[in-house]
Amino acid sequence: MQAPENLKYTKTHEWASIDGDVAKVGLTDYAQDQLGDLVFVNLPEVGDAVEAGEAFADTESVKAVSEIYSPVTGEISAINEELFDAPELINQDPYGTWLIEVSSAELADDLLDAAAYLELCEAE
Amino acid sequence: MANYLPSTAAERQEMLEAIGCSSYDDLYRDVPGGANSVTLDLPAGMTEMEVLGEMSHIAAKNTVFHMVFRGAGSYNHYIPQVVKSVTSNEKFVTAYTPYQAEISQGVLQSIFEYQSMVCELTGMDASNASVYDGATAAAEAVFMCEERKRSGVVISETVNPDTIETVKTYCASRSVEVTVVPAKGGVTDAEAFSAALGNGASCAIIQQPNYFGILEDVKPLIDAAHAVKAKAIMSVNPISLGILATPGELGADICVAEGQPLGMPMAFGGPYLGIMTCTSACMRKLSGRIVGQTTDHDGNNAFVLTLQAREQHIRREKASSNICSNEALCALTASVYMAAMGPQGIEQAAKLSCSKAHYLAEQLCAIDGFELAYDQPFFNEVLIKCPCDPKVLEAKLAEKGILAGLPIGDSMLWCATEINTKGSIDYLVEAVKEAM
Amino acid sequence: MKLVFDISKPGRSSQILPECDVPEVMPDAAFLRQSAPALPEIPEVEVDRHYNELAQEVFGVCDGFYPLGSCTMKYSPKVNETIAALPGFAKIHPLQPAESAQGALQVMSELSSALAEITGMDAVSLQPAAGAHGEYTGLLLIREYHLSRGDTARTKIIVPDSAHGTNPASSVMAGFEVVNVVSNAEGGVDLDGLREAVGPDTAGLMLTNPNTLGLFDPNITEICKIIHEAGGLCYYDGANLNPIMGVMRPGDMGFDCVHVNLHKTFSTPHGGGGPGAGPVGCKELLAKFLPTPVVIDSEGRFELSRPESSLGRMKAFYGNFSVMVKALAYIKVLGAEGIAETAKASALNANYMMRKLDDLYFMPYGQAPCMHEFVMDIAPLEHETGCSAMDVAKRLLDFGMHAPTMYFPLIVHEALMVEPTETESRENLDRAIEVLRQIWQECHDDPEFVKASPHDAAIGRPDEVTAARHPVVRWIPEA
Repeated sequence: MQAPENLKYTKTHEWASIDGDVAKVGLTDYAQDQLGDLVFVNLPEVGDAVEAGEAFADTESVKAVSEIYSPVTGEISAINEELFDAPELINQDPYGTWLIEVSSAELADDLLDAAAYLELCEAE
Repeated sequence: MANYLPSTAAERQEMLEAIGCSSYDDLYRDVPGGANSVTLDLPAGMTEMEVLGEMSHIAAKNTVFHMVFRGAGSYNHYIPQVVKSVTSNEKFVTAYTPYQAEISQGVLQSIFEYQSMVCELTGMDASNASVYDGATAAAEAVFMCEERKRSGVVISETVNPDTIETVKTYCASRSVEVTVVPAKGGVTDAEAFSAALGNGASCAIIQQPNYFGILEDVKPLIDAAHAVKAKAIMSVNPISLGILATPGELGADICVAEGQPLGMPMAFGGPYLGIMTCTSACMRKLSGRIVGQTTDHDGNNAFVLTLQAREQHIRREKASSNICSNEALCALTASVYMAAMGPQGIEQAAKLSCSKAHYLAEQLCAIDGFELAYDQPFFNEVLIKCPCDPKVLEAKLAEKGILAGLPIGDSMLWCATEINTKGSIDYLVEAVKEAM
Repeated sequence: MKLVFDISKPGRSSQILPECDVPEVMPDAAFLRQSAPALPEIPEVEVDRHYNELAQEVFGVCDGFYPLGSCTMKYSPKVNETIAALPGFAKIHPLQPAESAQGALQVMSELSSALAEITGMDAVSLQPAAGAHGEYTGLLLIREYHLSRGDTARTKIIVPDSAHGTNPASSVMAGFEVVNVVSNAEGGVDLDGLREAVGPDTAGLMLTNPNTLGLFDPNITEICKIIHEAGGLCYYDGANLNPIMGVMRPGDMGFDCVHVNLHKTFSTPHGGGGPGAGPVGCKELLAKFLPTPVVIDSEGRFELSRPESSLGRMKAFYGNFSVMVKALAYIKVLGAEGIAETAKASALNANYMMRKLDDLYFMPYGQAPCMHEFVMDIAPLEHETGCSAMDVAKRLLDFGMHAPTMYFPLIVHEALMVEPTETESRENLDRAIEVLRQIWQECHDDPEFVKASPHDAAIGRPDEVTAARHPVVRWIPEA
């Protein structure tokens, strides 16, 4: 199980990277492993508002649907359209595959650093 | 008394004892009152011979009209005998939903073939495995189009009234606004239609041929919906697509249809077949089951139920539809019908129906006082004004074994199919003359 | 197997319809399709053979044991098919005048009365086309009831976590929010949790009883009382009515509204997924809201009528009429006594299987007798051998038996839900028990063999991931 040092994590297994006030959000390695082979990702639309802790998208595996919660508050400035045709990218490269890009992004207060997140995964 | 238990009462008693029970009360101990809490006030049972006799007697109280000139949502088309033979195969009849793909390839492939054929017929990219009927298909289609930022359906008054009422029921509980656009001269009032769409509606429903059998100028209506980013749902008669422009060609996003004309008996209204097809852009919003093609681990071609994460058994309260059981055997019926008829056969059924309806209209309108309610092009149904009370004419024709057109106000909605021969139409016209 | 399109050759279709005997009239060119549909062109003999070939790869009740939990795959009597195909039932138009359809209306009237009697309700609508459609209809009745009283605050439906997925989905379609309540250790409704969940926003409760664990909730009267005292109504999901009919009535338990599945309890065949029928029954207080039309008996003459405050229409016409005909014939054959005997035999068969397997397989709720079905938890077996519920289910296919329902209810993670139905003899049950015991042994002796099953089916396990990632849902003609 990996968790790069430069990212921030939620307890619900999403990651966020921030550059200025622009954040990118994705799913962790642990999340993709638990979800299994993803077959589709329902993404929101550019321009939608997201709120930290709220669901903004969901993933589908063959037999399950799981919601994805935002680590940041802000406005969606881009979605990763590649995922519509290739949801498997999340399984193959979870930290290299972002779902949404958020502008005017504010990180949630309760995000974890890599070490704390790995500890959480161990405990689960 | 008969029942369908393969075990004798004595055997069942032995089985009870074999699991340490002295009576059924031991099994029903959690039921207040035990195993005999109620005695039903129903007649005693009967044998197979008796039930066949009694039900035949009840069936005989219905009039089987030898000449049917009524449609309005249920059509008397010819059903090839091979359709009846194939669809009464016990394996197809008694199987469950094909959850176990390994032993259900026959059902799964038949649904895949059904999906492919209705896509071909309607000119669309994707289809589900069926819903209950044409009316519920229209209602389900509305909820494929609902978005967070865009809600409400605009529906033309020229759509089948049962469909309109069903859509209204489905929309009322979810607070989706339904705007019914009035008809003008038997067709959709295009101006009012465009105006109604201006309020942020998510979709519009139109029907071709419409409820009165009229061929509408559909393309501008679809374009009007698209102009305001609403989806266009087009309801069709599948037989008419033997000759008429498809929803795909006209640019509709979703096609819905009552599939009954494709080989199903009228059977007093059901079971029928809800056809739903759509563009690939809408595919993942389709409600109901969908069969997809894949391979097994040895690379053999295989079919499975797919895109299941849309459905209620996985998405539960977040599912866009609750549909579970559908009309699979009716979908099979439609497939066998299309396979047996072939493209020329369906084209011929459409041409015959259209030609005979025109002959019927011409002959009826030659009688004094009968005239077309609307001077519009039509397919195989036509609304004709009646100089007398339509109900009286209906009753008089019934005495001659004729099911007349459906009385609507001072007119009747007449229908012809390939089944109605020239001779039968001439007989009808003579009977009408006599009745006047 | 070849696709129907692969056996097509131009010009081969059979000529079924005659030439036109009136002047041919075609709509204007503007209305016509641009290109003909690429439907198959096949002579009749090949149509017949193609579908017969497909039928070989279908497992029906006619093929063997079909213990699919909550689906009630009982035998469908042949006489019912004969009756439904009588011209007097099959060849009548739904809009023909009531005078000419008295037999059809009589069928509907008699079936409504019989279902009302069996469920303990006052009125019935036969319009819903399936169980889920019935649920939706019943919930709309509850909605209309509250709204008619000006009680707009009742926006929530309580659903136990063991419920079928259709329950929460139907609730949302009917405009309600879903409140999930957790089951208690015995698999029933947790009364304290229920008391906490109810309030002035409670519109009602949806409950399957016996529930999806196959258990009859001993607190059923109390459950209904809690809901009623909170001002809500109780909806009975009749998916599992089979072991209860003629023994106990939902109406007597305290339910206000119920749907039944004619394609489960009342023997009409499943048709590979449908058509079914999901009539809805209700107590007097909801009757005036029923969908339109209902059949009324007006001094020996049957008529269709719109209930006073009807919620509207759920579909075109009156429901799946042919299915109603078959169900009525079934009820007539069984009669009052046969209905109860059938119910009890279904419970007996399930308990018999459960007790003959519970030394090997873990029955998480096996302390109490089950009703018509029971749930095995394969988790302990998986822990020991690595073989999952899926593996056990797939191995069963090799023995000419259908698999049980897998991975449901959701509260048992490795669930296999077994419903033998009453139309299996003791020999068939013994054979199924023997096979399941043998599979248990195989899981221990040769788990890889079980995991690679089925070995004798037409295909191996399909690649569902690729199917969903890159959906191919139709054949496309070569350009």
